[in-house]
Amino acid sequence: MSKARTSPWRSAAAHAVLIAYTAVALFPVLVIIINSFKTRQGIFRSPLSLPNAETFSLIGYETVLAQGDFFLYFQNSMIVTVVSLFCVLLFGAMAAFALAEYRFRGNSLMGLYLALGIMIPIRLGTVAILQLMVASGLVNTLTALILVYTAQGLPLAVFILSEFMRQVSDDLKNAGRIDGLSEYRIFFRLVLPLVRPAMATVAVFTMIPIWNDLWFPLILAPAEETKTITLGAQVFIGQFVTNWNAVLAALSLAILPVLILYLIFSRQLIRGITAGAVK
Amino acid sequence: MAAATKPIRWHIVLFLAPAVLVYTVVMILPLFGTLQLSLFRGTPDGQVFVGFDNFRTLLGDPRWSASFWNALWNNVWFFIIHMLVQNPIGILLAALLSNPRLRLRGFYRTAIFIPTILSFVIVGFVWKLILSPIWGVAPDLLGMIGLKGLFAPWLGKEEYALTTLGLISVWQFVGIPMMLIYAALLAIPDEILEAAECDGITGMAQFWKIKLPLILPSIGIISVLTFVGNFNAFDLIYSSQGAMAGPNFSTDILGTFLYRTFFGFQLQIGDSNMGATIASMMFFIILAGVCLYLFAIQTRLRRYQF
Repeated sequence: MSKARTSPWRSAAAHAVLIAYTAVALFPVLVIIINSFKTRQGIFRSPLSLPNAETFSLIGYETVLAQGDFFLYFQNSMIVTVVSLFCVLLFGAMAAFALAEYRFRGNSLMGLYLALGIMIPIRLGTVAILQLMVASGLVNTLTALILVYTAQGLPLAVFILSEFMRQVSDDLKNAGRIDGLSEYRIFFRLVLPLVRPAMATVAVFTMIPIWNDLWFPLILAPAEETKTITLGAQVFIGQFVTNWNAVLAALSLAILPVLILYLIFSRQLIRGITAGAVK
Repeated sequence: MAAATKPIRWHIVLFLAPAVLVYTVVMILPLFGTLQLSLFRGTPDGQVFVGFDNFRTLLGDPRWSASFWNALWNNVWFFIIHMLVQNPIGILLAALLSNPRLRLRGFYRTAIFIPTILSFVIVGFVWKLILSPIWGVAPDLLGMIGLKGLFAPWLGKEEYALTTLGLISVWQFVGIPMMLIYAALLAIPDEILEAAECDGITGMAQFWKIKLPLILPSIGIISVLTFVGNFNAFDLIYSSQGAMAGPNFSTDILGTFLYRTFFGFQLQIGDSNMGATIASMMFFIILAGVCLYLFAIQTRLRRYQF
């Protein structure tokens, strides 16, 4: 290794650029969270200082929690995300296994068909999706959202998982077949546990857009009892736009769950991106 | 193939069925349904086939075409901002992070990726508050470096609003090109870099002459992902500027235009046929972009086998 790449001046410059950009990335989030703990005067008089004894206040959080609906919205988001995630992973893994394991006529055509959805966004079909949901009476149900998100997540899941399943050793599967395991058992008992890391990666990639989506909840399930947290936050903030305490508290409450999940899974996510991109 | 002579192997059908079924019914059929709907017109007697009349209205009728071209050009500008700002910053950050001797890499990577996981609603409102002249965080910050005079209510001015939103979107998504380029840089084998060093190519020259050509395929993929994402964008504009994409439609892009047309706004009632027409135009634009990438760019990029 040459000295040029590690000279102290060079690494100081690299750190300076990275610190500057990290500040740009984190600053807006920090400002919101810090100010959500202040009184109204504190928010406006010195927005950049930390809350002190005089300006500390939880009034914003009290307003938001008094609304009460946030728990329902949160629950809706959880149900939609978890059930869609389960369907994407199970159906996606099954299809990926069929494509990776068996040679049959139309295999690569089927792979291409399922991969179409990676490039063409499902949103473009919204007009007909709404008609479909109206016709089947699913408007304003969580089922409608779950179906849409399952369809949305499947293409990428099948694509990534079939890449990984091709790497599972044939000898292992053939050993299973000789021992009399059915194809279903080979899939559930042998292959699925081996691709668990890939499943975790797909899970993280699938989860973030579902949790954050605004378009489909707005169109397919805007009713009070089916609102997701993202739509709920949007509507709430729209109504309370002049109540700065409540808005800042609502934003902080919306940021926190995602942030915690991210910090738990960030290593998985980064490993997934690096592994997926190398392929 | 022995397989062809066998009867149907039901386990393959069973493995494929759920995914293919959901995907076809909820995604592929509605996509074609939307394309089909754009060829019809709703009348009191039901849907009537009108050929390409809706497209003629969209592109020919001055009331429609003005909005459509406005949205399309805004969308193109939105995309240009991403290509010019997001991707170079992403590459720069990735190049810095890929230095294996850099300390705190994990911290920087995690922190810079945080905006990407936040929802558009949060991002839209956070920036709306920060740039708000009422609150004054942005003017205060500019004041610290003596540039307070530069402050303007950027989101409220027609000439700046779209660019500001583009930059906010760049702020949110810079993590994606950073990660993908970072992965591509890590995949370059050490032997190549060592060979370059033996030839005296180090530092910046090494980046431009050795690494950049090797990561061009990744840059191509990022460009096409950015393209699809931008021409499909909606949430950020909707949550910070509303469905009217104010001020005076200066931030209107195809996604918000589709939403307004489909659901109606103010006195105009929603029109699903015109909505389908706009969605079809978006479909063709995205398809054209993806095909251009697949056939014109990807085939010319040289891929290096290590």
